[in-house]
Order: sequence, then structure tokens, then C-alpha cells
Amino acid sequence: MSYLSVLFLRPGAGQDVGRSCILVSIAGKNVMLDCGMHMGYNDDRRFPDFSYITQNGRLTDFLDCVIISHFHLDHCGALPYFSEMVGYDGPIYMTHPTKAICPILLEDYRKITVDKKGETNFFTSQMIKDCMKKVVAVHLHQTVQVDEELEIKAYYAGHVLGAAMFQIKVGCESVVYTGDYNMTPDRHLGAAWIDKCRPDLLITESTYATTIRDSKRCRERDFLKKVHETVERGGKVLIPVFALGRAQELCILLETFWERMNLKAPIYFSTGLTEKANHYYKLFITWTNQKIRKTFVQRNMFEFKHIKAFDRAFADNPGPMVVFATPGMLHAGQSLQIFRKWAGNEKNMVIMPGYCVQGTVGHKILSGQRKLEMEGRQILEVKMQVEYMSFSAHADAKGIMQLIRQAEPRNVLLVHGEAKKMEFLKQKIEQEFHVNCYMPANGETTTIFTNPSIPVDISLGLLKRETATGLLPDSKKPKLMHGTLMMKDNSFRLVSPEQALKELGLTEHQLRFTCRVHIQDPRKEHETVLRVYNHLKGVLKDYSVQHLPDGSITVESILIQATAHSEDQGTKVLLVSWTYQDEELGSFLTSLLKKGLPQSTA
Amino acid sequence: MAAHLKKRVYEEFTKVVQQQHEDLSAKKLRLTKPSKSAALHVDLCKATSPADALQYLLQFTRKPVEVESVEGVVRILLEHYYKENDASVRLKIASLLGLLSKTAGFSPDCIMDDAINTLQNEKSHQVLAQLLDTLLVIGTKLTENPAVRMRLVEVACKHLTDSSHGVRNKCLQLIGCLGPVEKGVAKEAESQAAKDVQKIIGDHFNDQDPRVRTAAIKAMLQLHERGLKLQQAIYNQACKLLADDYEQVRSAAVQLIWVLSQLYPESIVPIPSSNEEIRLVDDAFGKICHMVSDGSWVVRVQAAKLLGSMQQVSSHFLEQTLDKKLMSDLRRKRTAHERAKELYSSGEFSSGRKWGDDAPKEEIDTGAVNLIESGACGAFVHGLEDEMYEVRIAAVEALCMLAQSSPSFAEKCLDFLVDMFNDEIEEVRLQSIHTMRKISNNITLREDQLDTVLAVLEDSSRDIREALHELLCCTNVSTKEGIHLALVELLKNLTKYPTDRESIWKCLKFLGSRHPTLVLPLVPELLSTHPFFDTPEPDMDDPAYIAVLVLIFNAAKSCPTMPALFSDHTFRHYAYLRDSLSHLVPPLRLPGRKLVSSPVSPSIVPNEDPSQQFLHQSLERVYNLQHLDPQGVQELLEFTIRDLQRLGELQSELAGMADFTATYLQCQLLLIKALQEKLWNVAAPLYLKQNALASAAAKQILEETYKMEFMYSGVESRQVVIIHHMRLQAKALQLIVTARTTRGVEPLFGMCEKFLQEVDSFQRCFISELPHMQGSFVDKLLDLMPRLVTSKPSEVVKILQTTLRQSTFLHLPLPEQLHRATANIIEPTGESDNPLRFTSGLVVALDVDATLEHVQDPQGTVKVQVLYPDGQAQIIHPKPADFRNPGPGRHRLITQVYLSHTAWTEPCQIEVRLLLAYNSNKSKASAKIPKSTWSESLEALPQSENGIEGTIPFSKPVKVYIMPKPARR
Repeated sequence: MSYLSVLFLRPGAGQDVGRSCILVSIAGKNVMLDCGMHMGYNDDRRFPDFSYITQNGRLTDFLDCVIISHFHLDHCGALPYFSEMVGYDGPIYMTHPTKAICPILLEDYRKITVDKKGETNFFTSQMIKDCMKKVVAVHLHQTVQVDEELEIKAYYAGHVLGAAMFQIKVGCESVVYTGDYNMTPDRHLGAAWIDKCRPDLLITESTYATTIRDSKRCRERDFLKKVHETVERGGKVLIPVFALGRAQELCILLETFWERMNLKAPIYFSTGLTEKANHYYKLFITWTNQKIRKTFVQRNMFEFKHIKAFDRAFADNPGPMVVFATPGMLHAGQSLQIFRKWAGNEKNMVIMPGYCVQGTVGHKILSGQRKLEMEGRQILEVKMQVEYMSFSAHADAKGIMQLIRQAEPRNVLLVHGEAKKMEFLKQKIEQEFHVNCYMPANGETTTIFTNPSIPVDISLGLLKRETATGLLPDSKKPKLMHGTLMMKDNSFRLVSPEQALKELGLTEHQLRFTCRVHIQDPRKEHETVLRVYNHLKGVLKDYSVQHLPDGSITVESILIQATAHSEDQGTKVLLVSWTYQDEELGSFLTSLLKKGLPQSTA
Repeated sequence: MAAHLKKRVYEEFTKVVQQQHEDLSAKKLRLTKPSKSAALHVDLCKATSPADALQYLLQFTRKPVEVESVEGVVRILLEHYYKENDASVRLKIASLLGLLSKTAGFSPDCIMDDAINTLQNEKSHQVLAQLLDTLLVIGTKLTENPAVRMRLVEVACKHLTDSSHGVRNKCLQLIGCLGPVEKGVAKEAESQAAKDVQKIIGDHFNDQDPRVRTAAIKAMLQLHERGLKLQQAIYNQACKLLADDYEQVRSAAVQLIWVLSQLYPESIVPIPSSNEEIRLVDDAFGKICHMVSDGSWVVRVQAAKLLGSMQQVSSHFLEQTLDKKLMSDLRRKRTAHERAKELYSSGEFSSGRKWGDDAPKEEIDTGAVNLIESGACGAFVHGLEDEMYEVRIAAVEALCMLAQSSPSFAEKCLDFLVDMFNDEIEEVRLQSIHTMRKISNNITLREDQLDTVLAVLEDSSRDIREALHELLCCTNVSTKEGIHLALVELLKNLTKYPTDRESIWKCLKFLGSRHPTLVLPLVPELLSTHPFFDTPEPDMDDPAYIAVLVLIFNAAKSCPTMPALFSDHTFRHYAYLRDSLSHLVPPLRLPGRKLVSSPVSPSIVPNEDPSQQFLHQSLERVYNLQHLDPQGVQELLEFTIRDLQRLGELQSELAGMADFTATYLQCQLLLIKALQEKLWNVAAPLYLKQNALASAAAKQILEETYKMEFMYSGVESRQVVIIHHMRLQAKALQLIVTARTTRGVEPLFGMCEKFLQEVDSFQRCFISELPHMQGSFVDKLLDLMPRLVTSKPSEVVKILQTTLRQSTFLHLPLPEQLHRATANIIEPTGESDNPLRFTSGLVVALDVDATLEHVQDPQGTVKVQVLYPDGQAQIIHPKPADFRNPGPGRHRLITQVYLSHTAWTEPCQIEVRLLLAYNSNKSKASAKIPKSTWSESLEALPQSENGIEGTIPFSKPVKVYIMPKPARR
């Protein structure tokens, strides 16, 4: 019996959305999955508490590797802090796109915290660079041997560019960590996929544990129709987005629509981070969906024809236009500036493509507020139309179940979700798949017992001999074999008894059973023997029954001799003798002989 | 008399063939047999190493082997097989054996025993597998012999226990292909081996190797295809295979389940883990639906495709496939479709949605939510959202098939189909539009759906737009707002893409005639009439105005109150349009006017027959007059041809028929004229000019016959035989003319022989038609055949000449439907005065857009010809993908032609036209002759008609102005 334990670092991903950091020990190996931060805190709580892992001693000695599933800050934000400030020199694994985009986001994040908010004691640009040097990039479906026993393998996860699910395998025990994933394809990424790898444990996100989403086509159509109508009316459309992920999807959506419908109104994209990121999208075509992959020879879909870089001056241009601007919740920056300019005209429209935190302008207008108080006591009247469109790239409840069905795990562990919702999903999983499901809280350790199969070497001679006796080997059924199990020098071998004796220098002992059977037979000894011989020959058709010249009978290797009873000449004593290996046949013979000889043969 | 004639014909026929056969085989035997096998033998003996031997065998494979020498070759190969130690050489020999036994005309039963014997001592698994493959080939050649099949199946069963997957694979394949299908026979006659093929195969469903499992399922399917009724017991086994680890197994298992569900739709199966029972077809449907969300897309495509053909499934299962219970935070949510419907039924017009509009309403009982249903829930929702477009297309197709058979399902799936109009891949969009068109009889579009449908009208792809127009032609719209919306969007489409004019008008024509009552209240608004004021007369040439009028006039046809709303100029415009666009504007009964069109509308219908009658009468006349004096015949023919041509122009339905017969009569006329010449009585050299005329006539007849054979669709074999007969006459004429003009006998020998061969092949192709051709040229010729074969060329020519003159001319029966292939080049229009300028030596792409009608297999036959002013001609084969098929009998070619030329001093016109390529080998007649499979490299057929290839221009040439400029240095 072996075990596998999962530990959540506080504030980890257990039963909470926002930051992921999971420690898994599997067959003696320790692997850290994701190293996220919490956007809501500005103090020490924003990073995971790494002292949980080891109080004294270096992290490098304790951890065998770190795996980052994708580039969102709640999955990789604490990485430079962890590797440079706390100190970790081991390998960090992530996919190529993640490795490319991650430092941009980290740098952006650092700039905001240090330059804008003026915080000290934060990681520096150099630290990000040093940290990235420790990263080993992996390809999809490439099995990476971390050390002799530990291997990891990445699977496509959808969600964002370069997002991956990781299989961690030691010997025959394995864990799959999904990170964030999406089971329905969107305009630029495909759906997550995993083979039937039957892991001992599947750690899956459960953001939408209690949601089943509508078809994405309706959402897309609504979105396009609204944009189209506004543009035709001559209005301006503002779409506040975050730099990466959904922004690209919406761009592709609008770009193809413009292309299809032959529209002329300009689309702008606020510059900076997004432009840099688009560059990487162009590069990592293999990570996108079928349509983009297939058509990129003619034209790379990320080389936008209709979408141009935005300049501040364009906001005052007359005529219709569509502008993507950051940030997504209208709380600061360019999107807010543009919003102020356009809010007064009822022809214009703002479309919020994602969730807005309470307190932001975005949240206010979505909840129907029409008069906003801006800084400096200004009152801004919102006359423009406000629309909400949800474009989220997490798997819904059905998607999660689908992934579980694909992977067929023995245990499931839910992370990255709210406790109440996870409870529902947990119950469903247990009911549908009959597997154990766990949902640990932060800082909690879950231990899962596995039933590992132990490989044993068998000598070819023995295998051939044993299989020859039965029918074809059938993989579905266990097969019984005779042999000697030798445990020597940390290895298991199944060998034939003779070889085992030879190797161990032992001599073979024979175990023989002997049994006397009394038979009432007045005739001479050799006649009795002959009768017994004929009887046995009649009964045991498939065996070789021989009558030896010295008056004894052999059935295979079993010896039968007859002598007259010393006292009563009418009774004959049959001596039956067999070795331990022939126990079955031997006992059958004795019971047969005990019944006596049939009279008819006389 | 007829019987006698027939008999005689057959006698002649057999005689000829026998002769030919004898000397053919005799020749071949002498020539080939020793050399072939002996050479191989020598080669193989010479081979010092396995590599050498392999090389020889490879070389040997490249050359064909005659039927007669196959057996010898096989013996030699077998001999070497036993001697050979190297497995790879044995493998090659085994594969050669298979190849050789495929030879047409060779009966492989003589080598079967040897092939089975070789199996016994073979150790290598690969060679074993190959040998079994060979046996399979032998078995398939000898399917009629049950004993052989039994024996082979027995052999296969014996090897099923082999440890190699390849061997087991082949064994299963063999059993699948050859296993006994007839239950009764199998039971009594071959008790032992025929046990139960199904059971033997079924046992291998659990094989440890996925490839063998797949082969087992495939074998089972093969048995089904051969007509064995599979047992229902397999169903459970197959269901287990659906959870297999390997995609090919799952894919095959899905097929098997589908087959079983078609075989036993009504039997009852229990639902595991409950006491309920359901119909097998429903259960299978649920299982296949489940596979639509499989991990492998190959399986998903397979599953989605098969769903479409399960029409017996009960309706509530079917409707589940579109159902996906939405929820958000455990509260029931309505889908966007439901919301749209509600909005529609509450009468509220679409307003901008407010935040929280889609907020979830009722609480859901957590126990009742099934996340992974065993049933069919949401299968199509998933299929239509799939990542791979192949799956999406398959799902749309399946949806189409199911909706066609179930109106209620059609109604339900409408929302989803409409959603597919916005797919990212054009093919999928197109497919869903076509699907919608196919089911449009069962549905009525709601306004919000119509809105989405119409939004696609702005698509930049022409195919999409045209498909959509076709769709609108046959949709039902529920409200007058809907009609108005459609009209507005179509007009928008018209301004944006003026080239769509014709298609939009046509679309409005049908829209109007389908919804007269909905159009009626819109008329004043559409015509912008006013009760008090006169409004300005709209511009008659405005395509948008014409579009509106087309809609209104077609609606007015079945709505007599409508014309009362027209203003004066509308009537004038009607008269104009009725003349200029008569195919779009129907005849109307207008008040206060002479019923201009009244004689046309009701009474014309029975009158249409006379034109057909006229056609037949004129033909009858011609056929009756064949014995009159030549002068009269010629005149009559000329008149009839003229009549027919005119008839073809007037009556478009009869155009094909009239043209066809006119062409035939034309040929006849030419023939008569050529034979009338006096030159036949005079020494040849003196009448060179007349000769030219006769040979030109022969040539023209040949051309016309090819046109008749290949340019018309609907030509039946009765017509083909007459066309060929005419061609034969033309060839005879040619022969006679050449005989008279050439000196010396040498060249004539070849020509005569060739001609006789042609007669022979004509006879073979049309043996069944010969009785109908009494008194014809060929009939007479066949009578004289024995004489012709033996006589000298000069005599042959003489005989031909007299027969040709004496022969009667054949009655051409008319088929039911006959259409002439036509092509019309829409683009380039040929009106441009601006030359297309490009640098000489480089290429310029010219967009060609053409409609083709009644062309069979346009991908193979239609070519584009470009004719340069210097006489240089270029033929371009368009890609198969360039042809679209918008409707039955219609095709559309949209392609690009690359032009290039050296520099010119001034712009000049090139001609672009479409050609119809034909190959007389592929004609309908010779398709009947079975072709041997082994004969790609071999001239197996005595090719009498040497495959004459040619092209027929069938479109008006279009002139394009181009100007290759010299390159600048």
C-alpha cells in the first residue's frame, strides 16, 4: 500500500478562486503545481506561504520540480518571489508560449505594484529574468524525464494560449493536474483533450462547478449583432478587455465578421501590452484551434487586417468605430478615459465581456446606475447603451464531467472553486463515476491511498513454459503461474524453482505422500495388479498408465504397488505413492481405489 | 422471319469470334509461356542472396503475366518458396501469388491446395499473414464454390490461435469475407467448421490486441453486408466495446451498434441499474449520442454521421438531443433560444438586453440534475459546438436527415441550424443553409430567426449568399413584418453586391408567390403610393424597384384584389416587365384592360402538347418518305431541319429534343448529298473537287455524331446505337472516298482492316439492338461479312459503296427527356474596353464564372479554352473544387484562368470558351463491356475504337481584351 498526498499552500487554491499553489508528493517525490498569487491582497498574504513546505533547509532540496500550467498571474504570479527571494534553484516546467508570455505579465505586474503604488520589497526585473532562466520549456505530449523516476507530460488545455494540463508520473502512480481548462472550443483556441491515462488522482479546477453553459454561438451572435447594429447606426463601441486571452478571441471574432460582412468601420486596439502579446499569438499557431491552424498558410489570423493600433486622438474622430481598451473593469486607464468621452451619446455602446469586481465603474454601470460620480465631484451621465456578454474560458460542470470521463481517474480532487459549489459537483462525481472525490480546504493535506502494481521480472523460459500449458494469454484475465519469487537487491524476479535453488545454493528436497489402500481380492497378487491396471486404464483415458515388469503400476509419476496382506491373504494392500507436485492426481487415485474395483472386470 | 434473322445474326457472330479467339490464343501460347516462366526460373536460380532474389521478383512484378502462363509461374514460385530460407523473399512470393491469382480469366482453384499447404510449415508470422491474404484473394475469386470457402474458413479458424496479431487479423478478415452466410446450408452440410462463424468472431471481441478487436468487428460488419443476419446477443458485447481504449475499436463498434439497431429496432433491452426497459433502437441511439462527446474526433464524426440514419428512434429521445439543461449556481437558466422565443411570443420587440436579463430564476433540485446522462441529452448541442469542423458538418447532416423525417424535430432544431449560420468555417455555414433549405417544408421561420438568417445576406462569399437566396425561395414566413424585413435586407444585399441581381429577383419571385396575403398590406408602402398625392414615377431601370415589382406582381397572381392598389405607371411597368423579364413576372389578370395574358394562362396548358405533336408529326413525315425520289427527300429534310431548329428556339422544354433530331437529320442529309454526287460513276481523279465535298461531309457527320453522343443528357442506348450506326456510315464513306483518291493498295489494307474491326466491335456492343435495325447499313453489312473478310480492299470498297447507297435510313426513337448541355459564361462579360494589363512573361489570373446545364460529370469533362490572337490555343482543366452544384442538372464553374504571353505592341482580344471533352472509350456503349482489373498496363481489350478523344465547344466564346506589356528594365 502506497500513498500520495496533496498539500495546499495557504493561500492556495483549495476551495477558493484566485490563487493556485499545490504541493503533491507522489511516491517520495515532491512536486509543486503552480505558484500563483492573490490579486486581492497587497501584503504578505498575496503570496503563498512557502514555509509550509519546509521550515528549515532549502526548498531546492525538498522540491523535485515546479510546474506552471499557464501564464495567468493567479497561477504564476509568485514565481519570481518563490525562486529568487525565497530561493529555489530546481527546474521549473512550463510550455513554450507560457514561457514567452509569462515574463511580460510579471513585468507589467511589477511595474504597477512598484512604480505606481510605490511598494518596496518586491521582486525586480532582474529577478524575473533570473527566474525565467530556470524554466525548462516543454512541448505538448512530450514526456519529460525530470529525474530517473519522475516524468511529466503536458496535454492541451484550451483556456488561454499555452495553457496545459500536466500528468506527473512516478513508477506506475500518476497524478493529472488540469490547471484551468476549457472543454468547448472558442474562436482562437481548441478544446482540452486528454487520453485515457487513468491516473490515480485527477486534480481539476471547478470554477463553474454548478453551471451548465448555453451554446457559445448564441453569445457570439448576440455580441456581433449588437456591434454591427451600433456601427451601422454610426455609433461607437467600446469594449473594455484585459490584455490577454479573451481580448484575442474577441478580436478574431470581430475580424472574421468584418471580413465576412465586408464592413469598413475601423477597429482599434489599445497598444502596449496587447500588441506584444499578439506577437506571440502569431508565433504559436500550433496552439490555436483548427481553423486558424489550417488557414495560417494563406493568412495568419492574428495578422489583423481590420484592427489597427489605437491612438488617443482617435477617440474624438467622427463616425463609427470599435475600440478595445484595457483594463477590463473600467476602473482606470485608457478604457475609462474613452468611456468618459463617449458616455454621453446614446448612439454609443459599451460591452463588458467579463466579470466586474464590486466598486469598479464597470460594476456600477452593469447594475444599472446611470449617474456616476467621478473624481473631482463630477457627475457623469451615462446615456450610452450598456451590454454584458460573458465570454469565459473555464469548463462548466458538463465539461468537467467530460474530462473525468476521458481520463478515467481513480480519485478526483477539486480545487479552484467555491466550497458550496464544489460540494454539489463532488456529489455528482461520486454518483456518476463511483470514484472518491475530495475537496480539501487551504492548508489541508489530503492523503490518498493507492494500490500500486509492482512489476516483477520473469525469466523467458518460465514464461513460455507456463503459457504453453494454458490457452492463449488473455490480457483481461489474471493468470496463475507457478514459480519462485525472489526479492534480491531491490528487485523482484520470478524464476523457476530449479533456478532459485541453484542461485540460493540449496538442495532440493522431495516430499512424497504414501498411502495404503486395502482391497478385498482373493486372487494372486499379479492378477490383482492386472485388474487394477485395467480399471485405471479404463478410467484415466488421457493419462499414461503403465504396467511395469516388476509388478508395479505407474500413472504419470505415481507409483502403485500391491502386496498381499501379511495376515489375511484375501486382502491386498495397494501402496500408492506420489510427490507433492502431483497431489491432485494422487488424492484422486486413492479415493478411486478406495471405492474398490468394479466386479464386472472379474 | 425475324426469328430466322436473329438466329442468323447469332450464327455469324459466334463464328467470327471463334476464329479470332483461336488464333489469338495460339499466338500467345507459342510466344509467351516458355519465356516468361522460364526466365523467372532462371533468374531465381541465379540469385545468390535474398536481396538478389527480391530484386528479381520486384522486376518480375512490374511486367504483366498472361492468363495462360499464370499457372506455370505460380508453380515455379511455389517451388522456390519451399527452398527459400529468407522470410522476406517468401513474403514477396506469397504476395505475388495473391497478385497473380487476381489475373482476370484465371481460375485459382488449381493453386489453392498448394497455398494451403504452404501454411503448414511456415514459421514467420508476417509470411503467414501474407499467405492468408493470398488465400483471401483466391477465396474471393471462387465465391461460388461453397466447399472451397468452407475449407478456407476452416484453415482460418485453425490459425486464429496464432500469437501474432497480423495473422489473427487476416484470419478474421478471411472469415468475414468467406464465412457461410446461408444458415440452413451451413448447418447440415459442413457441420464442423461452419459451427457458428458469428461466435468465432465474437470471441475475438475481447482479444488483447486492439487491431484484432477492430478486425473482428469489421469481419462481423462484413458478414452483415454479405447478408447474414447478426444475432442480437452481440449487442451487449458491442456496447462494452464502446468503452475501449482504442479509437479504431470504438469507431468500428459504433458502426456495429448502428447495424444492430437497424436489425432489431423493436426488441426490448433492460436499462442497467434500473428495472426499466426500452427499445433497442432507443438504447443504441443513446449510446451513439454518448459517443458524440468521445475523446477522438474520428469516433465523433462516425457517431454524428450515423445518428442521421436512425429514423426509427422515438421522438422524445430525438428531442432530447437538442436539450441541454442550463443552470447557473444551481439555478435553472433559460437558454438564449428560449428567451428569444418568449420575447417573441410576448409581443415585445427586441430591446437591448439589460444586465441580469439572463439571471437564473428557479432553484434546481440538486438530485435531479444529471450531468452525464446516459441518454441522448444534448448530443447535437455538443456536436454542433465541436472543435473539428468535420464533426460539425456531420452533425448538421445528421440533423438534416432526422428533421426531414420528423416535422416536430425540424421545428425544434431550427434554432440550432440558424446558429450554425455564423460558424467560422464557410463549408459549415453553407452546409447548414442547404440543410435548412431541405427541411424548409416543415418549418416556419419566426421573426427573430429570420433576422439572424437575413443577417447572413451580407456575407462576402457569393456561394453563401446564393445558397441563402435559394433558401429564402422556399421558406415560410409568418408575418408581414417578416416579409418586409426580408425585402429590406435583400435590397440592401442588392446595393452592396449588384452582381446578385438575378438571384435576388428570383428569390423575390418565390417569396411573393408564396405569401400573397402577407404582401397585400405592404403594397401601398412598397409602391409608395399615397391616397391623395401623386408620387413621382420611379426609375424603371432601378434594379431595386424591379425587385419590389417582382415581389408584388408574383403575389398579385393569386391575390386578385391587389391590382386595385396599383397606380397607372405600375401597370405600364407591368407590361414592360412582362415582356422583358417574362421568366420572373407571371401573367396577371388586370382589371379594366384587355386580358392580354388570358389566352396564355388557363388555356395554354393543354395547348402545349401540339408543339410536341408537331415535332413528332414532322419526324413521322420524314421517316415515311424515305423511299421517295432523292430530290424530294433532300428538300423535305431541309425543311424539317429548319422547322425543328425554329421549334427549339421557341419551346425551351423541347429544345433538347428538337436540336437532337435536327442534328440527326442533318447528318442524314449530308450523307444523302454525298452519295448523290455524280463522282461515284466517274473515274476518281477527275473529280477532286467533289471528293473534297464528300470527305468534308464525312468529317462533319463524324463531328456531329460525337456531339449527339456526348452533349446531350438523357441519351439512352437505343439512341446511342443509331448514333454509332451513323458514325459507321460516315467512316464507310470516308473509306470509299480515300479508296477512290489514293493509288496503290497498300494503305487500303490497313484501313479496310480497321473498318472491319469497327464493324465487329459495333456488333459486339449492340448485339441486343441489332434486331431493330433491319434493312440498315450495318444489317446488310453483317450479312456480307464473311465475304468482306476474305475479299480484297477494292472489292470491299465496292461492296461498301453499294450497301451504303441501298441502305434505308433508320428511325430515331426519342427518349423521354433529352437535354442539351449548355454553358453560359457570365464573367468575363466581354464588354470591357479597358485591357487587362500585365507584364509579359508573368501570369495574370482571369476570373471565369459560368453556369453549366445538363452536363454530366462536369469535373471530368469541362475544360476552358483560351485562344490567343496568334492562333495559339490553350486548354485549362479547372480543379474539381471549382465546380459547385446548386441544383439538379445545374453546375456552376467559378475558376481562375492563368494567362500569359510575350509582349504585344497593342492590346488585343483573346477568346475564352468552354469545351466539353469526350472520350469515345468511356462512352455509354463501351461501358457495358466488362473491363479486366489486371489490365492497366496490358492492352486487354482489343481496342477497336482506339479511344478517340476530342472536345466540343459548347459555349459562346467571350472576348477579353488583354495587353501584355514588355518588362521594364
